[in-house]
Amino acid sequence: MKIGTAKHSYQADEALLTTRPQRLWMGLFALGLCIAPFMLDNYWLYLACLVAINVASATGLNILTGYTGLVSLGQAAFMAVGAYTVGWMQLRLGTPFLLNIVAGGIVAAAVGLLVGLPSLRVKGLYLAIATIAASIILHFVFVNWQSVTNGNSGLTLTPATFLGTPLTDYKQLYFVFVPITALMVLGAANLFRTRVGRAFIAIRDRDISAEVLGISLLRYKLTSFAISSFYAGVAGGMWAYFFRVVTPESFPFVYSIFFLAAIIVGGMGTILGAILGAVFMTLVPELLRFGIDWLTPVLPNAAAMLSPVRTIVFGLLIVGFLIFEPKGLAEIVQRTRRYFHLWPFKK
Amino acid sequence: MTGALDSGATGAARLEVEDLSLSFGGLKALRGVSFSAEPGSITALIGPNGAGKTSMFNCISGFYKPQKGSVRFDGRDVTRMHPPERAALGFARTFQNIALFRGMTVLDNIKLGRHAHMKTGLLQALAYWGPAQREEMELRAEVERRIIDFLEIDHIRNMPVAALSYGLQKRVELARALAMRPRILLLDEPVAGMNREETEDMARFILDVKEEWGTTILMVEHDMGMVMDISDHVVVLNFGEVIARGLPHEVQADPHVTEAYLGSGDPAALMARLKGETGTTGNSGAPTDDRREDVA
Ligand SMILES: Nc1ncnc2c1ncn2[C@@H]1O[C@H](COP(=O)(O)OP(=O)(O)OP(=O)(O)O)[C@@H](O)[C@H]1O
Ligand SMILES: [Mg+2]
Repeated sequence: MKIGTAKHSYQADEALLTTRPQRLWMGLFALGLCIAPFMLDNYWLYLACLVAINVASATGLNILTGYTGLVSLGQAAFMAVGAYTVGWMQLRLGTPFLLNIVAGGIVAAAVGLLVGLPSLRVKGLYLAIATIAASIILHFVFVNWQSVTNGNSGLTLTPATFLGTPLTDYKQLYFVFVPITALMVLGAANLFRTRVGRAFIAIRDRDISAEVLGISLLRYKLTSFAISSFYAGVAGGMWAYFFRVVTPESFPFVYSIFFLAAIIVGGMGTILGAILGAVFMTLVPELLRFGIDWLTPVLPNAAAMLSPVRTIVFGLLIVGFLIFEPKGLAEIVQRTRRYFHLWPFKK
Repeated sequence: MTGALDSGATGAARLEVEDLSLSFGGLKALRGVSFSAEPGSITALIGPNGAGKTSMFNCISGFYKPQKGSVRFDGRDVTRMHPPERAALGFARTFQNIALFRGMTVLDNIKLGRHAHMKTGLLQALAYWGPAQREEMELRAEVERRIIDFLEIDHIRNMPVAALSYGLQKRVELARALAMRPRILLLDEPVAGMNREETEDMARFILDVKEEWGTTILMVEHDMGMVMDISDHVVVLNFGEVIARGLPHEVQADPHVTEAYLGSGDPAALMARLKGETGTTGNSGAPTDDRREDVA
């Protein structure tokens, strides 16, 4: 155990990245993110943008479900709120896209606050059902509030413009989305260095003794809902600029399950977990598709035969994680780190 | 926001409980209990299993709403206040069944204690800039200097609580309570389940808290040796009623007290405790509240 903390180094001790290898890896990763768009073809850039959007939303859900212990199946609906807000502002007000995205987050946060109200009374499955009910109500609103949402035909957006340039190709969007997502992940990591994040964890672990420590359950449960849906709203806003069509079917209920699965597979209650989980859930189905493509020369109708198998393999992978690595992908990374940390002194 | 309630007052507070009654359905856990804890002193609340001691604590910290009577803190009626508001006023407590956050490190557990006295809001927290960072650094420095050194837990500060021995967990819980800037410290069986050496350490820490911090302490304890050694005043509960009160040696000599304990069906253990022979009495009562399920 490395202790020996000299009194003046609390700042270093409380930093996000405390060891040199950690900083090194992070530097390499950031560098990789910067040069990746110049190496990737359009298809992979498309996936990279999608990953950025999903990481942002999964990080939000992780704050609520992983750190505060409030199960929500409404994340996709909150994303839809953000996407519609962005679409409406873009079409009706013509405001700058960064402002629209932030507004999408704020409107989603307000809706999240409302949806979070039942969390003061119910937990676990009951809360999950309440958030499903909220999703259904929101879907109804999207279909029927014609004047704002344009009903079933939805909204078609013009491209976002940044400094006069329309952001039309994936490389341009990548350079907008990745920094936004990076900032959001950094914000989430910061949160857990302060009283706010500690309060969330306290509520998750023992809400009764949290109260004795002066943590207001009302205030912090609602805060957690608000911030989680803010993240969803911003992600939904990016989604809107990415696909440029927002309809009531853009954010189906399975998309909420997708995010819950992502944080479970990645590792609940860890910043890294939400990232890894979102990457896994977004990319693995694609990788499996490649597997099938490679088989096609050997097995002429592989695509037709194996497509269902792909879904099954994906499902099995998730189940496998639940059984063999219940703490998620983040735990594998931690273990590897510990191993190399001790290496070559490992007993 | 709870921080706004922070009166800014410091120093020991006087706690008065007046004519407090609490029942669970038909069961009368407390019947018209009155007593007070004087500023800067150690008051022990003793009594056989099921006498109502923990229920009393739960009324004082705001979990249970008594049907009758009042709790006053430095003259201010707090009977209807919620637990977080009381925390901001300076109520701090430890639990009979350790209520630490087991997945968090010792340091984070202790920091949590300061929650009610901190100001960082959501936006500052997300950015971790200026005031938020400064507040965290001040907290860290103070926790290190005033609490971690004081309770001799330097070597475990970065360990997850779940990995610690029972005795150390109790000490971390005391540390967390101290981080709350207590003006009254409620300790529910601080040495239950500890061995002799751990008990002596804990007794010394409690005395040091009284002397160096000047905090008012109210303590529930079955270990009579410790009660006799460190308390200034003793209140005896039996079946939810106060049956005796006074200086430790007066209470020890009171025939009602001996009788109450004899009535609890464990005379041999009692005599041993009264002589202060044992430091490992532990608690053997029936489950009394919903927090018991996750005892360490
Ligand atoms: N939440 C509750 N619901 C119902 N009955 C309760 C509850 N809490 C306590 N009681 C009952 O109230 C009585 C007093 O319990 P309490 O926990 O206050 O005793 P105690 O003096 O702390 O005992 P011990 O020494 O065993 O800790 C007991 O009969 C107990 O069963
Ligand atoms: Mg008790």
